[in-house]
Amino acid sequence: MSTTDRLAESLSQSHWTPKTGAEVLVASLVRHGVEVVFAYPGGASMPMHQALTRVRDKVRTILPRHEQGGIFAAEGYARVTGRTGIVMATSGPGALNLVTGLADAKLDSLPIIAITGQVPTKVIGTDAFQETPMVEVCRAITKHHYLVQNARDIPRIVKEAFHIANSGRPGPVLIDVPKDIQNTLVPNADLDPPMDLPGYRLPSPPRTEVIDEVVAAIRQSKRPIIYCGGGITSMDAGHEIRELAEKAGIPVAMTLQGLGAIPSDHYLSLGMLGMHGTVYANNAVNEADLLLALGVRFDDRVTGKLSEFAKHGRIVHVDIDPSEINKNKTANIEVHSDVKSFLTALLPKVEPSDSGDWLRQVDAWRASDPMTYDQRDDAIMPQYVLDQFSKLAKGNFLMTTGVGQHQMWAAQWTNFQRPRTWVTSGGLGSMGFGLPAAMGVQAAFPDALVVDVDGDGSFVMNIQELATVFCEKLPVKVILLNNQHLGMVVQWEDRFHAGNRAHTYLGPVDHPEAIGEGSGALPEVTYPDFVTIAKGFGIAARQIRKKSEVIDALKEMIAHPGAYVLDIMVPYQEHVLPMIPAGGTYKDIIKS
Amino acid sequence: MSVSPDSHTFRTGRMRHVLSALVQNRPGVLAHISGMLASRGFNIDSLAVGETEDPQLSRITFVIMGDDRVLEQVRKQLEKIVTVVRVIDISRQDHVERDLMLIKVEAPASQRAEIIGLVQVFRGRIVDVGPDQLMIEISGQEKKIESFIDLMRPYGICELARTGRIALVRSSASVSAAEVEEEEAAIVGPVHL
Repeated sequence: MSTTDRLAESLSQSHWTPKTGAEVLVASLVRHGVEVVFAYPGGASMPMHQALTRVRDKVRTILPRHEQGGIFAAEGYARVTGRTGIVMATSGPGALNLVTGLADAKLDSLPIIAITGQVPTKVIGTDAFQETPMVEVCRAITKHHYLVQNARDIPRIVKEAFHIANSGRPGPVLIDVPKDIQNTLVPNADLDPPMDLPGYRLPSPPRTEVIDEVVAAIRQSKRPIIYCGGGITSMDAGHEIRELAEKAGIPVAMTLQGLGAIPSDHYLSLGMLGMHGTVYANNAVNEADLLLALGVRFDDRVTGKLSEFAKHGRIVHVDIDPSEINKNKTANIEVHSDVKSFLTALLPKVEPSDSGDWLRQVDAWRASDPMTYDQRDDAIMPQYVLDQFSKLAKGNFLMTTGVGQHQMWAAQWTNFQRPRTWVTSGGLGSMGFGLPAAMGVQAAFPDALVVDVDGDGSFVMNIQELATVFCEKLPVKVILLNNQHLGMVVQWEDRFHAGNRAHTYLGPVDHPEAIGEGSGALPEVTYPDFVTIAKGFGIAARQIRKKSEVIDALKEMIAHPGAYVLDIMVPYQEHVLPMIPAGGTYKDIIKS
Repeated sequence: MSVSPDSHTFRTGRMRHVLSALVQNRPGVLAHISGMLASRGFNIDSLAVGETEDPQLSRITFVIMGDDRVLEQVRKQLEKIVTVVRVIDISRQDHVERDLMLIKVEAPASQRAEIIGLVQVFRGRIVDVGPDQLMIEISGQEKKIESFIDLMRPYGICELARTGRIALVRSSASVSAAEVEEEEAAIVGPVHL
């Protein structure tokens, strides 16, 4: 018996027959195997919340403290489980607070269904209280969207929404439900109606001829490289990537969303490529004679100057979304397919080979420009924290991040072992993502070690979610790399604006640091007082300022049974390196 | 448009393309498509929308200028929209293309006969007669319409409205008599004389 059938049966055993549109919607969610919903109620979504109470034994409804927290949590849930994340909000401001998350999920291809209450049908278009035209607002930032106009359509719409959100290139789907439709009686609703999607097609398996063409390209190549990304994560194709890499002796460079595709310490892993990628990954990609671009979109943070990127080699571009192929960079061999089907068809045909000279060249780059940082004893280096955390956690953790320097350090210095262990806002770069995303991850895996690596700027953007973490008993750990500044902007100020501080200091404006005139030393008193804030939310916290405290504090954090905020003071002068300036090439890389 | 120049691109040259999209007949589909085209910076010369033989479907006809790369992106981005059922590049095939125009021109008694003569040459119709103005309906290929507009300019154009291009692929290679007539009419204008 499938999960859905089992759930449908348990639904019928509970002697609850959904009657209203809202109840049919909730029953449809149960039918599709939903176990967790992040939902913040309001006037226009109350009937759906009432309905959720009828399925308490099957669906955990988590109340975030802001709708944005709710949708970021749904994204975290979706990334680590591969299942569709569900978020619900009321009309108007509640719905609008989902907008950033929808755009985030669209750019990072995460399967999300956002259900929003809408004002009653008869007042739509009259500027009613808490009315916003959500579908109008969200067209460009969703994969698809619905304004429900008839309660009878709800089961079909929910079924279509799950299909669209989590097939092909995954993405967010909005379902806007007017309140009168939530309250409409739907006698004998058919919870499994046929879908009506004549324009939605999934790619057919890759053709044999194109596979043979790729096999030949690999055979002829002397300097092949794999550039893989989010597509590998979405399709859980880490195993296949590793097999291809090992069989044909091809080094692997990963994008931010591809991290974990193969273990960070695998001999063929070059780590991340792009703006803050390793010197050796960028050298290898740009000196290769064959670029196997798998589940990637040639984003500007990866390519820098497009015309110079990977210009010495042929490009094989495999993507499930045909509009990504030839969008930024022309492919020599185009494969419109999901990466898993492609690799499954390719692997038996690839001949084992060892590209010895090429791997020796790659190793020489690795040896001449390894990833490194200043081994200071008078300060806690952020890279040191992540390095130590990786050693302590030994791959048994799930990590989320905010956006900024800490995010890049986490990407560079954490030792990832598997796909779906790393959740970060890549395409949109939404600050405030880390803590709520960690909530969603923890809700999916209550017993796992879930760590939000955050910065003091990002953390504050959704700090209210500490209440959710506490009240919902989600034992999320926060490694807060606190430098009292917006570190990434400060880094750009230092590099490109002669260090002129323009609203990048996060303390009081009368501090000299606000205009870049501080001593540069770690301040005696930091702002805000995160330890007190955490304690106010009922959460354990500790601030550390000395390198000697790091390992002990990390151990304490990991061992703590509940949520924990570890506030680690780091120097704001530290830059994320290496760095290829925006629009530059791998030859412009800044190493110190 | 948003794609950047790429040294690997060898397919260049701006061309006029006619794309035809069959879309689900649902509220908001046109807004979705026009919003996508605008936000991705594609330039549309003409857009016409109407029902088809199937009440579930509408047809949107676009005329777009750009190289093959732009066209490929427009087509793929259109196909990505869930309510878009099918996209055809009509201009790659043998097709018939039409535009309908209503034009109101200054037509004092002294010039009326001359204008009516031109309308006949272009196989248009006078659909409204006012004391000093005439309203003319004319349909045909874009260049014919443009030629007629140029011819009317000296008389004084008060107002004009056009439907935008609609097009269908021919089912046979044989050109009908009406089409030959249309082709002939199209080359009457001064632009082509």
